[in-house]
Amino acid sequence: MNDLKRTKISGPAIPVRGNDIDTDRIIPARFLKCVTFDGLGDHAFEDDRLQLKQKGQVHPIDNPAFANAKIMLANKNFGCGSSREHAPQSIMRWGRGIDAIIGESFAEIFFGNCVTLGVPCLVADEATMQHLMSHAETHPNDVLVIDIERKTVKAGDQTYSLTLADGPRKAFLEGAWDSTAELLAAKDQIAATAAKLPYFNGWK
Amino acid sequence: MGQSLYEKVFQRHAVRKMPSGQYQLLMGLQLIHEVTSPQAFSMLRDRGWKVLYPERNFATVDHIIPTHSQARPLGDPVAEEMLVALEKNTGQFGLKFFHPSTGEQGIVHIVGPERGLTQPGMTICCGDSHTSTHGAFGALAFGIGTSQVRDVLATQTMLMDKLKTRRIEVNGKLGPGVYAKDVILHILGQLGVKAGVGYAYEYAGDVFDRMTMEERMTVCNMSIEGGARLGYVNPDQTTYDYLKGREFAPKGAAWDRAIEYWNSIRSDKDATYDDVVVYDAEDIEPVVTWGITPGQSTSVSGSIPRKEDFDAGEQALIQEAYEYMSFDAGQPIKGTRIDVAFIGSCTNGRLSDFAEVVRMIQSKPGFKVAPHVRAIAVPGSQDVSRKMVELGYDKVLSDAGFEFRYAGCSMCLAMNPDKLKGREVCASSSNRNFKGRQGSPTGRTLLMSPVMVAACAAAGEVVDAREFFGIRQAVGV
Repeated sequence: MNDLKRTKISGPAIPVRGNDIDTDRIIPARFLKCVTFDGLGDHAFEDDRLQLKQKGQVHPIDNPAFANAKIMLANKNFGCGSSREHAPQSIMRWGRGIDAIIGESFAEIFFGNCVTLGVPCLVADEATMQHLMSHAETHPNDVLVIDIERKTVKAGDQTYSLTLADGPRKAFLEGAWDSTAELLAAKDQIAATAAKLPYFNGWK
Repeated sequence: MGQSLYEKVFQRHAVRKMPSGQYQLLMGLQLIHEVTSPQAFSMLRDRGWKVLYPERNFATVDHIIPTHSQARPLGDPVAEEMLVALEKNTGQFGLKFFHPSTGEQGIVHIVGPERGLTQPGMTICCGDSHTSTHGAFGALAFGIGTSQVRDVLATQTMLMDKLKTRRIEVNGKLGPGVYAKDVILHILGQLGVKAGVGYAYEYAGDVFDRMTMEERMTVCNMSIEGGARLGYVNPDQTTYDYLKGREFAPKGAAWDRAIEYWNSIRSDKDATYDDVVVYDAEDIEPVVTWGITPGQSTSVSGSIPRKEDFDAGEQALIQEAYEYMSFDAGQPIKGTRIDVAFIGSCTNGRLSDFAEVVRMIQSKPGFKVAPHVRAIAVPGSQDVSRKMVELGYDKVLSDAGFEFRYAGCSMCLAMNPDKLKGREVCASSSNRNFKGRQGSPTGRTLLMSPVMVAACAAAGEVVDAREFFGIRQAVGV
């Protein structure tokens, strides 16, 4: 069994409600001052958490009910803004580690970063997302099961269909999301492509 | 059927189509900075890989560099550690580093074009979302994450999906006191911050045709704020005039061959697009953001919009923005008191940005930053800084009450000591008004053009720069 393969991902879910949650909110810039990604998990959503605390409210990250979560639930355009990979790195290192995210839509760079880290981002429609979030809020210990092959998530006795483009889906199923080795395998083709581009060859 | 520049350049750089449907895409240039690269170099070292094309990877330091002093060791030990790591990594892997000691350091998106590295028809990546800036030259330029920085170092390629294309035309003549920044903020306000996901933006129409390269860079810079991974303007004589003679631009006979090639990758007249939108330049006024995304904006003469005028799904975010910014629906944006004024960043930290501010200051005798406002002017690069000193801009700005600083990203994202305090309100020429963006978790940002920032700095509150400076003549575009 190739441990890079992502076929089924299961675990309790944590809903992080809100559209356009940018990567500055997921991990504020001051935590980017580091030369490793270790320890970023503790600072995920730090400023949002603090602001809610000051208002006497609790961010889901600070809610002990969600402490065992393995799946994050989000709304629209999650992860927009800065390209910092520190954002998904902090999410995958928070708590017990988030293994997958389901949202209404994802910003492109964030989505791509998650693919290279082996964290599938699956898309659900608005109604499904409402159900999943309410379900997680009322049954925080319930285990959701994401089936990457079938593109579904099971919550309670309900199964919902999700969207995931064929490219990343295949990469997750085959364990081929760890891209560097695969890219390097085409060394000759890389050289051939470069040979045809005048600017790679001193405009000769 | 004709092709767009996006399609032509993508095709020429596609190494192969992967079984997954994505493409392995060759990168003509990778730009590197200290924040998103250390982990990539570590991964490379762990696996015993080399940099495949060291001559196509260039580094600079910008995010963490202090702007009051660049003396070593840097005051912040973690910042110093990051700079040392970049020195070590570029040294060990044989990459050129535009180090502060060379006089060539600056914000990565200012240094690339300045040195002539950014050229039409290239693919360009950098671990920074504002890499879309380089699209101003007719390059496909986009931000990537650290794992992809590693991929490009090791293979000069990365995996990418093919994007759809949207042509954004702006035609007509911009009014007096309306700048490139207003054009892109207007576009973002119209299309929103999600519309660009999955798209490459092509900016076209006579407004972009007439823009200088620096103005085009301001527009392309903020493509990512609309959700678009990349945005570009087709290369033309303006592009070639800018590039000619720069350090890394082709020379002699190579220059002529390059022009021929660059002309060949322009979008064909009969190119088709997945979407086309057209705006009228006359409808664009100076724009100010009021909320917590760059799409939440109003013209300076307008007011905070009513929540009810938005889709039901958007209303929660509008409410969140009212609360965070302490604005009420219907309140005019004019008259909003500001505490800080920031001119700089990869959006508006170029020589022409400061030149226009200085011109305005000089047109208004007695111009002075209001006593309660902290104002900083941060050149985008050491090169910009040097030219500002040669032209005496530093003195004009200092006399007017701005602190003239060393080059870097500074208060755009506040990874250095330049930060807002508490709930301060900043009139800013930067690109993001996200919650906490400028270094205080509760700080508030109003995005606008550099000339608007200058007017607000002197008035101590949001004013219309056209009225403040008495701008009656349109300049440039």
